[in-house]
Amino acid sequence: MKKVWAFVKGCFTLLRQGSKLYYTWIYVLLAFIGIGVAAYVNQVYNGLIVTAMRDQVSWGFYISNFTFMVGVAAAAVLLVIPAYVYQWKPIKEIAILGELVAVSAMVMCLLFVTVDLGRPDRFWHLIPKIGILNFPQSLLAWDVVVLNMYLVLNFSIAGYMLYSYYYRRQPNMKYVTPLLLFSIPAAVSIHTVTAFLYNGLAARPFWNASILAPRFLASAFCSGPAGMILMFQVIRKWTKFKITDQAIFKIAELIAYAMFLNLFLLGAEVFKEYYSDTAHLAPMKYLYQGLHGHSDLVSYIWTATLFNITAFLLFLIPQTRENQITLNIGCILIFVGVYIEKGMGLVVPGFVPDVLGDFYEYSPTGTEILVSLGIWATGLLVYTMLLRIAIPIMNGDFHVGEDGIHPYVGDQLFLVRSQEEGEEEPDLLAQ
Amino acid sequence: MSDRETRGKHIFRLSRRKALKGLAAGVGALAIPGKDASAAIWESFFQKNFRELRPAEIQDVVARLEKEYSTRYGKPVRVKTSPALEGVLYGYGLDLSRCIGCRRCVYGCVTENNQSRDPQIQWIRVLRLDKERGVDLEHAEQYYNPANVPEEGHFYMPVQCQQCENAPCTKVCPVQATWKENDGIVVVDYNWCIGCRYCMAACPYGARHFNWKKPGLPAGDMNPDTHYLGNRPRPVGVVEKCIFCMQRTRELDGKYPACVDVCPVGARKFGNLLDPESEIRYVIENKRVFILKEEINTQPKFYYFYSF
Repeated sequence: MKKVWAFVKGCFTLLRQGSKLYYTWIYVLLAFIGIGVAAYVNQVYNGLIVTAMRDQVSWGFYISNFTFMVGVAAAAVLLVIPAYVYQWKPIKEIAILGELVAVSAMVMCLLFVTVDLGRPDRFWHLIPKIGILNFPQSLLAWDVVVLNMYLVLNFSIAGYMLYSYYYRRQPNMKYVTPLLLFSIPAAVSIHTVTAFLYNGLAARPFWNASILAPRFLASAFCSGPAGMILMFQVIRKWTKFKITDQAIFKIAELIAYAMFLNLFLLGAEVFKEYYSDTAHLAPMKYLYQGLHGHSDLVSYIWTATLFNITAFLLFLIPQTRENQITLNIGCILIFVGVYIEKGMGLVVPGFVPDVLGDFYEYSPTGTEILVSLGIWATGLLVYTMLLRIAIPIMNGDFHVGEDGIHPYVGDQLFLVRSQEEGEEEPDLLAQ
Repeated sequence: MSDRETRGKHIFRLSRRKALKGLAAGVGALAIPGKDASAAIWESFFQKNFRELRPAEIQDVVARLEKEYSTRYGKPVRVKTSPALEGVLYGYGLDLSRCIGCRRCVYGCVTENNQSRDPQIQWIRVLRLDKERGVDLEHAEQYYNPANVPEEGHFYMPVQCQQCENAPCTKVCPVQATWKENDGIVVVDYNWCIGCRYCMAACPYGARHFNWKKPGLPAGDMNPDTHYLGNRPRPVGVVEKCIFCMQRTRELDGKYPACVDVCPVGARKFGNLLDPESEIRYVIENKRVFILKEEINTQPKFYYFYSF
């Protein structure tokens, strides 16, 4: 226990050390978080009336972001499988970064659900034994269970491995491997359960399609890895951590397959709805064409579709997949494309037209956007903090000192322009 | 099993409740100014789900709420907890041939059930439909506003909670804040609802409404005859819905729901489905009734019919 405490204390020492860039980045994030908190306080004080949600469209931007982030978190599995099932070294070196993405994304998910509650003061009603968790009846109860489980799981795996490296020994794979293997179905289950949350509602034909959960997974395996590649590009440019091209190109290849599936499933759904042309077509028509003069989402969804198809082609062709510029562009297109498609593009048409045929066109208010930005900033802050600890540990720059008690810190800067352009480190240290 | 028995079943969870109560008292005593008021706040914060309260605790809760409402609205307010009557299952009939779309039911309901006036919450939505299309919800208009109703070529269809036997809304609630009572009325414990609005997404009839803002209910308009699970004033951030005016219908000298009473053309019928002599049973047996969205198997106890 003493050793754990020493590790935690060491981590806090480390978090306080960093370059000017590191501090600037942290302060920028803190500023956004501050603004988000202020907007949220205003929302708590006035009620959810400050959002654009109403009885007709009772979920909006918060739940859209939540849904998207569950996908990002689930995608960590795309690193775990090649790393630990196939023991592929280039990805094994970075799998821990994927698990930390999952942790940060889960934190964001829980925050997005919390800010959406009308009575956040009663959140304890969800805690089994103290309150009443309606398990297994309510899919939202399932979601609470699997999301928290996935958070704890990833945090434990990454935490234990980093802790072991800190004390300069190999993690005992007898404990880690079963957890890692368990994290694979757990990742699938968080996104499946989130899909079922919508899928189970007969009242909403747009969601009540069996193809929803497969579509969720396919799109998650696009957006999550795309976000991760972008992160990795930043990490290898601005920290001392090395990530091979090989690893990144492999992830991009996996994205191409996932995007193919995603587009195929979308096509299957579009065909079914349009060809059978039943009353259930209305929400899809609203989304893609506009209906009865209501067309707020049309330009967004076509942007998303265009982005996804372009990115698919970029990632399908090896030359563009393995070109840093087109690779990065592809990742941005996918991240934005899926953000639209699996965010607002999924949630809002479930409510438009509403169950009695009313049209209420939803677009988020300033409060919703500021609160959401605050949560994104929180997620990035959590990820930065986790990386600040994980990267030096994995580089061997942060471990227990010779005395076995005090930490040794070999990387005081963390965020610096990487050494590819020559050794600039001594200069920066002198500043 | 009666609701009272169901409630009684939960009393074994004694230790947990005692602990919470102790905690409530402790925290309440800690808060400095106005010991009484802050104790009430903490008591309400730590209040259990209504179905887990023992009779003595229900009395405490009712006393606290009556005091709070009476002070707020400046008149004696009663909060009843009358359970479902034995041998009663409520059913509702709505005669589409007679309805003229005047919306008196909408406002009669608002007056009786203490809905927020600002912003407006209405439990009944009246749809104007085209006679040539029939019940085609995609072309329904609920914001019709002519000088006179009924209008040529249209008929009207009021929609409120259908009190489904197989209610999708209660199933999805993550904290069991909403349930179906033994007389078939689907209720919400406004002190337990966390405001996640999953039930609103699940309801196929748009029957659930959310308090997006602190309800604006002028003291003069407040109906002081209330029920805990029914028309008592609601807090901000919780869901509410039609409860068949249980503050009226559950009394032994039972009255009709306000919407039935106020309807000028007698389009609304209400009664006990278990009583073969009731008017609602007559309607079901002698008219051609239909239920809304039959295909999703919600099994409403709200029957539409055409009397001519």
